[in-house]
Amino acid sequence: MEFDTASPIWMQVATRIKTEMVTRKLPPGAKLPGGRELALQYTINPNTAARVYQELEKESLVEMRRGMGTYVTENPARIEALRTEMAQDAVRDYLRRTASLGLSLEEAKALISQEEDKNAEK
Amino acid sequence: MLKSEAVTKVFGSQTAVDQVSLTLEAGHIYAMLGPNGSGKTTWMKMAAGLSKPTSGRILFKGEPVGVKSRASIAYMSTEPYFYPWMTLKDVGLYYQDFFADFSMARYQELLKRCDLTEGLKTKALSSGMMAKAKIAVTLARDASVWMLDEPFNGIDLVARDRIKEAIIEAAAPDKVLVLSSHLVEEMEAIADKGIFLRKGQLVKEVDIETERVETGCSIADEYRQIYGAQGGTEVC
Repeated sequence: MEFDTASPIWMQVATRIKTEMVTRKLPPGAKLPGGRELALQYTINPNTAARVYQELEKESLVEMRRGMGTYVTENPARIEALRTEMAQDAVRDYLRRTASLGLSLEEAKALISQEEDKNAEK
Repeated sequence: MLKSEAVTKVFGSQTAVDQVSLTLEAGHIYAMLGPNGSGKTTWMKMAAGLSKPTSGRILFKGEPVGVKSRASIAYMSTEPYFYPWMTLKDVGLYYQDFFADFSMARYQELLKRCDLTEGLKTKALSSGMMAKAKIAVTLARDASVWMLDEPFNGIDLVARDRIKEAIIEAAAPDKVLVLSSHLVEEMEAIADKGIFLRKGQLVKEVDIETERVETGCSIADEYRQIYGAQGGTEVC
């Protein structure tokens, strides 16, 4: 995985794992790799890998069971809420970027509809 | 684990290391950064117990480094140090004789992962193969501290990932790794602490992820700020 080295790597790996939870590539209750395995998988510092799980645990997205490993939450409502949070982030990001280009909210909305129409034609 | 107390090394009229004080804690991978001539290698050689500071001292677990600490501190220098008549198998046997913490099985595994075979003669190795063999033999020790001087030099992209994996495997809560490199980008994801040296002096010590959160700076950005022209410019 290519990282943006100016923002925290634990956050980027956490986002990747969150995406996999939302898309059910990592279903509720799935066992996650151990800290060292995660470090090897992403070629990152082991402390950074440990941080990924600590942060996901703070958000109640994973459960770290002592001596057992780390598991995706079995609470489907939490995953649904995560999907909404991530989608909201994407929308906020879109609006921030279009605003920085000088587009009004109406213009930004209209662009979404236009894109939709284009995709429908294909 | 390793403590450098006002360490200075003078060669003639040249001060290679100037009053460097720092503490390396177990459980971290340190990136030691700085352009050529900033004192990285000189400091590492002293920490490895291979040369003595002109003043100041380096302590390993509270005791001055020296012959005894060499059993626990593994150092990979930038210079080639195998006898040309040796095969890579001979290199392993040689290390096994010297270091009680050397694991032949781990060495063989690391060689294999780096696409090297034990029958190869060291004089027939390309510079990239030599670089990989040096890392394999060094990481095959179960040291407390590993210091690798320029571990990614002359090594292709794919092999760099193999080497990073071996470094991650070696890292543990009771170990210290110090990697020096001027290939700063290679250090971004693998190191968690950064030590910046300039003209023999310690300029800055950072927790790399914390720095990213607080300033939005990568270590490459920090590097540009510290060593750039006119004392560096604000880049992040």
